Amino acid sequence: MMQLLRIELFKIFSRPRTYISFAIIAAISGVIQLAMLSDGGSFVNFAMQGVNEQFDIQGKILNGYLVTYITLQSLLIHIPLLVALVAGDAFAGEAGMGTLRLLLTKPVSRTQLVLAKFLGSLVYTLLLLIWLAIVSLGVSLLLFGPGDLINLKSDAFVLIMQNDILWRYAAAFAFAGVAMMSVSSMAILLSVFADNAIGPIISTMGIIIVLTILSNLELPLFTLIKPYLLTTHVIGWKGFFDDPVPYHAIAHSALVLVIYTIVFVGAAILFFKRKDIKS
Amino acid sequence: MVPVLEAKQLSKSFKNFQAVNDLSFSVEQGDVYGFLGQNGAGKSTTIRMVTGLIFADSGTVYIKGGELRNNSRHLLEHIGAIIERPDMYNYLSGWENLKIFASLSHKKIPNSRLHEVLELVGIENRRKDKVKAYSQGMKQRLGIAIAMVHNPDLLILDEPTNGLDPQGIAEMRKLIQHLSHDLGKTILISSHLLYEIEQIANKMLIIHKGKKMVEGEVAHLLHPGDTLIQVTTLPNESITAKLVTSSWQEKVQQSSPILTTFKMDPAQVPQLNAWLVNNGIQVLEIKTKHLLEEYFISLTNDAATTH
Repeated sequence: MMQLLRIELFKIFSRPRTYISFAIIAAISGVIQLAMLSDGGSFVNFAMQGVNEQFDIQGKILNGYLVTYITLQSLLIHIPLLVALVAGDAFAGEAGMGTLRLLLTKPVSRTQLVLAKFLGSLVYTLLLLIWLAIVSLGVSLLLFGPGDLINLKSDAFVLIMQNDILWRYAAAFAFAGVAMMSVSSMAILLSVFADNAIGPIISTMGIIIVLTILSNLELPLFTLIKPYLLTTHVIGWKGFFDDPVPYHAIAHSALVLVIYTIVFVGAAILFFKRKDIKS
Repeated sequence: MVPVLEAKQLSKSFKNFQAVNDLSFSVEQGDVYGFLGQNGAGKSTTIRMVTGLIFADSGTVYIKGGELRNNSRHLLEHIGAIIERPDMYNYLSGWENLKIFASLSHKKIPNSRLHEVLELVGIENRRKDKVKAYSQGMKQRLGIAIAMVHNPDLLILDEPTNGLDPQGIAEMRKLIQHLSHDLGKTILISSHLLYEIEQIANKMLIIHKGKKMVEGEVAHLLHPGDTLIQVTTLPNESITAKLVTSSWQEKVQQSSPILTTFKMDPAQVPQLNAWLVNNGIQVLEIKTKHLLEEYFISLTNDAATTH
């Protein structure tokens, strides 16, 4: 099993395609930071317009924590798409290349192969999140320095003191890891059915986009299904920037995401064990 | 002695298409077993079943006496296979590809063994190059290196000369003969070309539309006495009468004033030619074709008309 995982990681990180995601994250984060450096003051004034009318806010509002929060808001919706690039390729890419049949003529357990590919894509996902933490939080703190974080919501704003922020980011990134694990497992499941990598990558992206739209539509029709949608829970990390932190809701979301992961990986094993390799 | 590979009554269908139908055969230790059939005859499906890639609808595959379905992880250790195209990780080097697949074996394979097989297939000096820079022939060779790196009891080579140029085909044939004659490997090799199999194999199975048509020793199936000799002459009405009174009559399959077919050993063609000339029959052309080849061509034609 460990040998299979080592091989999977070697294959993932030997492909130039893998690093595209890292480059995209660095680029988006860099663009946001650059924009904030050049015109962040106006942005903050605009965003705080309503707040400033009622409150007298002192201190450095445009700081590294705020820029990171803005970056995460923009990026954590897109990261599932980047995760799908590698996880969706796991089986379908090998089938397309023809290496799956060579792999399975070797004395390899199909169950272990699914698990190794899942764990391989999970390692990639976690590294992607660590990279996101470095380029968003790390670089933003370097460029803008620390400060209190003002989290503006539609009907309220939350002020989080500077010394109370870092653990929230750590927890948010950890939660994002669980969320992306479920996305990764969905892409792996779709990958098992396909013989071409494009299909599962596009399908994962499509499903995430459709579910995100459904999660955000305030229509009675969707109210019933919202609690069960993957995308409803994927954004649970935002709870760590509320006051008080809704631990129960966050734990519930994490549990739903873990259940999704188990179901997706279990289904992938079940189907792959019975699959005829015709590619 | 237990066969290295035994397939019993294998059947497989895809939707309404019966790809393999009640096929049984066995490969003994030391055999070079030719698996012959037209494209679409069911060779690859059969090979995928005996390597565990495809699950048979019915029938059983035994490897060294063990049932594959129950113990595939253990039994696949005895097999090295290259199926259809030699597809590998193009973004990795030949060495990295070999290393990956070698590490999937249950045995600990030292680097010296990797160098040894690369040397054997003749690509040791290109091992550091990315596979995307390899020619088709080099990929086939690397495929064989991957298949045999763990020193399996049986090598399965599915159409190993596909996509190769004539020189590549000759080199591949030489390599397979070396593996068989010098290293004593048991090999199951599939092809859609009879002449390719007859040059390499000692046993042969012909399948058509998923069913076994002919199986046996190549030396027996391609017995020289079963060769058809077609003699084209200038029109000669007396040829049939002359043959009746000669010792060649018993070898005649059919006769007409311009075309006579004999079934005999091709070694006797010079004597036949001399007899024809001495009897005033002017020979335009003599063609030899083995009965099995004739039979195989008839399957080809059948396949062509039904497709």
